[in-house]
Amino acid sequence: MTGLLADLLIGAAILALAAGTVTARSAFTATAFFIAYGLLLALAWVRLGAVDIALTEAAISAGLSGLLLLGAASRLAACPVAEERAPGPVLKALIGLCCAAVSAAVGYAILSLPEPAPSLAEEAMAHLSVTALGNPVAGVLMSYRALDTLLEAAVVVLAVIGVWSLAPAGGWGGVPGPIHPRIEQGPLALLARLLPPIGIVVAFHILWVGSYAPGGKFQAAAILAAMWLLAWLAGLATPPRISSRRLRLAISAGTGLFLAIGMFGVLAEGAFLAYPPALTKALMLAVEFALAGSIAVALALLVMGPPEPEDRA
Amino acid sequence: MSATLYGLLGAALVGIGLFGLLVRPSHLLRILSFNLLGGGVFLVFGAVARRGAGAGLPGDPVPQALVLTGIVVAFAATALAVMLLLRLSAESAKRPDPS
Repeated sequence: MTGLLADLLIGAAILALAAGTVTARSAFTATAFFIAYGLLLALAWVRLGAVDIALTEAAISAGLSGLLLLGAASRLAACPVAEERAPGPVLKALIGLCCAAVSAAVGYAILSLPEPAPSLAEEAMAHLSVTALGNPVAGVLMSYRALDTLLEAAVVVLAVIGVWSLAPAGGWGGVPGPIHPRIEQGPLALLARLLPPIGIVVAFHILWVGSYAPGGKFQAAAILAAMWLLAWLAGLATPPRISSRRLRLAISAGTGLFLAIGMFGVLAEGAFLAYPPALTKALMLAVEFALAGSIAVALALLVMGPPEPEDRA
Repeated sequence: MSATLYGLLGAALVGIGLFGLLVRPSHLLRILSFNLLGGGVFLVFGAVARRGAGAGLPGDPVPQALVLTGIVVAFAATALAVMLLLRLSAESAKRPDPS
């Protein structure tokens, strides 16, 4: 009974925050609603028994997205972009009706899902010993659906290339993002010195326990990225220039290693991304650590943005 | 029970996000609305995963892992969209609109 009450409260709050985001007058208000929505969504994931997703949602949606969107909202308020005209009341009502119909159709699909529900849980658990992992979600990510994880890591690298390619004239090869002056006083200066050591330990813990408990490379990478961004915001850590070979290697190392191990599987076991049984655990740990590092660097660079022209910096 | 409830919440979020995407002229609000839509799709998938609970697990791990990668990809796409928008604003600041 209390469970149902909690679900109803969380659901109502998420719904209200989503409606608030869509109807907010200013971009700042909408962003604030959206961050709160991300945090509550993490609670919803816990209620759905998906702690792995909850950790990712809290770290990425509420943490990194919040920083990215708040920064963007303040810069857009300073120099706004020309907007299209908003649709009139009749068109708005029509769009509203159509969107309600889409929601109703998805809702109907949810209510008419087959009984008993099809599930791969039995099979995932039955073969989990082969993957040398104890966390079934990690087993899916690293073994059963390793190809998805590889492609996902490649998408993050491509997104960084896409963001960098938006560098304005005179900016290419420079330091990514706006330059923050060093802050010596106030809460940010304190937190930027106090939190990173703790955050790094927590991130490594989450990375290590990810093989048999909720956690893993994505969650750890998001926390590591947040720690770097904290030091960056306080002006304590200047990111390397994007022309730096070491930075580029750091971003692509995880995906590259994963790809190389996948090709090694072709030679050793006759299938892409097949791990030789004796080496399974070692190879997976190598990929987990390399991907965590690369994704952490890439996520932080995505929030920092492209380099600014040298003359403005 | 909670699976159906969150599934319906996901369906509602899809509609709300779609509405914001089509009705709000602000670019940043459109990006936020698109993320609401995506969050709704993830929740629907999460509800399906929850219904597939079995073998001592609270949910089917396969959709759960896919949602996990989806969240990271959605963030990467959002960051790219936001950076495109910021570049647009920098360009329009340089060249004032003739109208």
